[in-house]
Amino acid sequence: MLSVPRRRERLLALIILAALLFTPPLVLVPDRAMAISWLPLYLFIAWGLIIGLTAWLMESPSTRKPPRE
Amino acid sequence: MRSDIVVLSVAFGYLALLFLIAAWGDRRAEQGRSLIGSPNVYALSIAVYCTAWTFYGSVGRAAQFGPSFLLIYLGPTLAMLMAPFLIRKMVRIASAQRITSIADFISARYGKSSGLGALVALIALIGITPYIALQLKAITVTHAVLVNYPDAGDLRLADEPFWLDKSFWVALVLAVFIILFGTRHLDASERHEGMVAAIAFESLVKLIAFLSVGIFTVFVLFQGPGDLFARVAATPELAARLGLDAVPGGATGWAGMLVLAFLAFLTLPRQFQVLVVENVDERHLARASWLFPLYLLAINLFVIPIAMAGLLLMGDADPDRFVLTLPLSADLEGLPLLVFIGGLSAATSMVIVETIALSTMVSNQLIMPLLLRTRRLHRSASGELAGWLLGIRRVAIVLILLLGYLYHALVGDAYSLVTIGLVSFAAACQFAPAMLIGMYWRGAHHRGAALGLIAGTLVWAWTLLIPGFAQSGWLDATFLEQGPFGIVWLRPYALFGLEGWDIYTHSLLWSLTANLGLLVGVSLFSRQSPLEQTQAALFAEAMHPNLLETSLWHGQTTRGELRTLLDRYLGTGTTARVFADTEPQTSDAEQPATPAQIARAEQALSGALGNASARVLINSVVRGEALDLESILSILDTTSETLEINRRLEQKSSELALASEELRAANERLRELDRLKDEFVAMVSHELRTPLTSIRAFAEILRDSDNLPEEKRVHFLDVVVKESQRLSRLIEEILDLARLESGRLTLHPQSLDLVALVRHSVDAVHHMQADRGVALEVVIEPEQAPVIGDPDRLEQVIINLLDNAGKFADQEDARVRLSLLPHKRHYRLMVEDNGPGIGEEERERVFEKFHQIQRADAAPDSRHGRPRGSGLGLPISRGIVAHLGGRLWVEEAPHLGGACLIMELPEAPPEPG
Repeated sequence: MLSVPRRRERLLALIILAALLFTPPLVLVPDRAMAISWLPLYLFIAWGLIIGLTAWLMESPSTRKPPRE
Repeated sequence: MRSDIVVLSVAFGYLALLFLIAAWGDRRAEQGRSLIGSPNVYALSIAVYCTAWTFYGSVGRAAQFGPSFLLIYLGPTLAMLMAPFLIRKMVRIASAQRITSIADFISARYGKSSGLGALVALIALIGITPYIALQLKAITVTHAVLVNYPDAGDLRLADEPFWLDKSFWVALVLAVFIILFGTRHLDASERHEGMVAAIAFESLVKLIAFLSVGIFTVFVLFQGPGDLFARVAATPELAARLGLDAVPGGATGWAGMLVLAFLAFLTLPRQFQVLVVENVDERHLARASWLFPLYLLAINLFVIPIAMAGLLLMGDADPDRFVLTLPLSADLEGLPLLVFIGGLSAATSMVIVETIALSTMVSNQLIMPLLLRTRRLHRSASGELAGWLLGIRRVAIVLILLLGYLYHALVGDAYSLVTIGLVSFAAACQFAPAMLIGMYWRGAHHRGAALGLIAGTLVWAWTLLIPGFAQSGWLDATFLEQGPFGIVWLRPYALFGLEGWDIYTHSLLWSLTANLGLLVGVSLFSRQSPLEQTQAALFAEAMHPNLLETSLWHGQTTRGELRTLLDRYLGTGTTARVFADTEPQTSDAEQPATPAQIARAEQALSGALGNASARVLINSVVRGEALDLESILSILDTTSETLEINRRLEQKSSELALASEELRAANERLRELDRLKDEFVAMVSHELRTPLTSIRAFAEILRDSDNLPEEKRVHFLDVVVKESQRLSRLIEEILDLARLESGRLTLHPQSLDLVALVRHSVDAVHHMQADRGVALEVVIEPEQAPVIGDPDRLEQVIINLLDNAGKFADQEDARVRLSLLPHKRHYRLMVEDNGPGIGEEERERVFEKFHQIQRADAAPDSRHGRPRGSGLGLPISRGIVAHLGGRLWVEEAPHLGGACLIMELPEAPPEPG
């Protein structure tokens, strides 16, 4: 069983991770790494990763509250 | 197939379908089987965020400014990640306060201030109407492109009379739709089920349409993404548009755009409408927090491929139209029509929701407060005002759409799609400080909020709106370069000399700085009215359970008066619902209304008229101390204080429980030690008495019997000597222990060879062991074992270990094995026996003072040559070894199967020199 506070902490960590991944200076890395900018590909991969992690966090059965009634 | 008739019938057929879906949704809601009671539908309805601007403009922006278009969607992704914290709180506040719009939200937070609500509504009207115009423009332009391709469509647009402009008719149809499905209930805080169902459907349509173009472009026009990007890589000027260099403002512009999209997502009136007002169940937020970002990702997946394909194939054509012109250029029939419908979906869904949100604001925050000032209104007949209210809202809908259309017809051509969208975003962002800070800081004051909003909006107008007009050629554009009246530091795009930023980040920085600065600064020096204090507390503490149950009203009025008031404004149906708990008897008209009834009446009025107007109306009938604000404030304060105290108490009590547990354990140990001590004292007395008794007995015999034979006399004396030795050994041990305990044991550490010491000790006990019938085996691996130690004490320990092993070895075939071996810069001395061994739980206890192992196989006469120990040998040994920096412990014997005592001493460092 995952307690609710733990879920809050994980979500907070996820928000910070997303904010870091989507902003400079981290976005500069894929932009400058090669001759052609890999920035779009990097953004989609990072985006997909964040969505996947959120879905996992939100939909895992132990964290969902029991339905009303 | 692309004839005007076909296109028009498909377009209006699609709108007719929306009517059907909305009607079906409302029907289902009436039957109690809501269509929109699903988290997936909620997530799809949030996708109203993706307007025609996304549908057509993203590609245009990607073609010009590279990946910066993605920021418009990454911002909302961040906002949705925070939904379980931020939006959940907004939803909870909105449902408790019956919030109808973002203007109502801000006005309610700052003491139900009608002025602030009107201000927000006005700013929204100015900032958002161009955005509606943008949607209508998209419909006109794409229709023209579709019908006239390959001729450029827009050239003819200016010459057409408005009745030939398709978007005029679309706007009209939408007005009917919104009036039918958006103003069904008087209570604007109630959900528009049919409308939300239609919006969710439209979100699906636009996603499918866009993905179809994307797949067509990548896999039909090109041989997959590899082919497309290989060709992009071969064209340097295209490849350069993929990177950060193409983004206006570089890294700063990047961050600024992210913040802009993040804030706008929360504050755009239509987003507030679908996110907060239309939310049916706050648990839906969990699903939406990832499903909506996933929708955004899907709809953006093909933007860059389409933009790049368009640039490769169409050259310098308008990139805003690539989505449509790419399939048209391939001479397709069906796909362009699907794209047009997708764009129409995106545009209409936005117009529908935005118009509902704006019309609610206009009627509740702008017109109602004005109407309430005219006395005549209070004398009108029952239910009449309810009709009036809906009428106002309907007129507002038509006017807003008309305004949007006019803007499109008069100004629209001058702006590109993206510019209008971002300008609107920046306007909506001005609501963010008042809304977000108000939700967390109780001290935020309505004067600060109002001044901040005004200042922020003025800065926004100066840095974005007016320069936009100038660039459209409406104004003389020289002030852009030289500043107004030649004042250089007032140049709109480089305020205070801040140059080199992209215009949106620049505007956002200055407007939010002014906005936030005034909000915080003025609030710090203003005193809140009691009502505002209450509202601030109710907003900030919204997540506390049971907080909003308390009834606010303590004034006096009769049920009759309250009922008449509700009748006039809301009609008899709503009145009956509010008074559902009392039977409608005419006789109770003079009964005083209960506080709960007054609260319910105010809530019902709030949902229809907005918080500010509802308060004015309730005050008009409730006499005396209308609102017991002091008590509610104290309840709120007590609640938060009590919660805090409870938390601290809980912490303290758990600390106490822990401490008492420790105390109990310590007490247990003390008792055990006490018991052991008693036993020990008894044992010591016994042990001391035994030799003493025999010494005394033999000494008496020697004294009294003069004629004892010589050999007997010698034997007796021998016994006396032996018993005295035993006695002194016992006393020595007790003294050792006492010294160890008090830390007065003096050791004389010196370098020594453990091998030699062990051999010496073995020699010392060998004889005695052999006498007892114990077979001693000695295995010494290293040739030398240099350690630091006190040789006498170490010998004492080794002898004690060997002695112990001998005592506990098997009775019949006693065997003891001593081995010495190096182990990781230490030396280990192991003494094993083949006795019964020591149980796991006993292993540490053998080192306790006074502890003696009960031998299971001990014969009752255990005196035959094997003296019992005093229970002090091992504790003393461990003390000595510990003093020398080593360890002593028990394990299972690896060779003989009994107990094994292991002494480990660190290897001495090599002698210097």
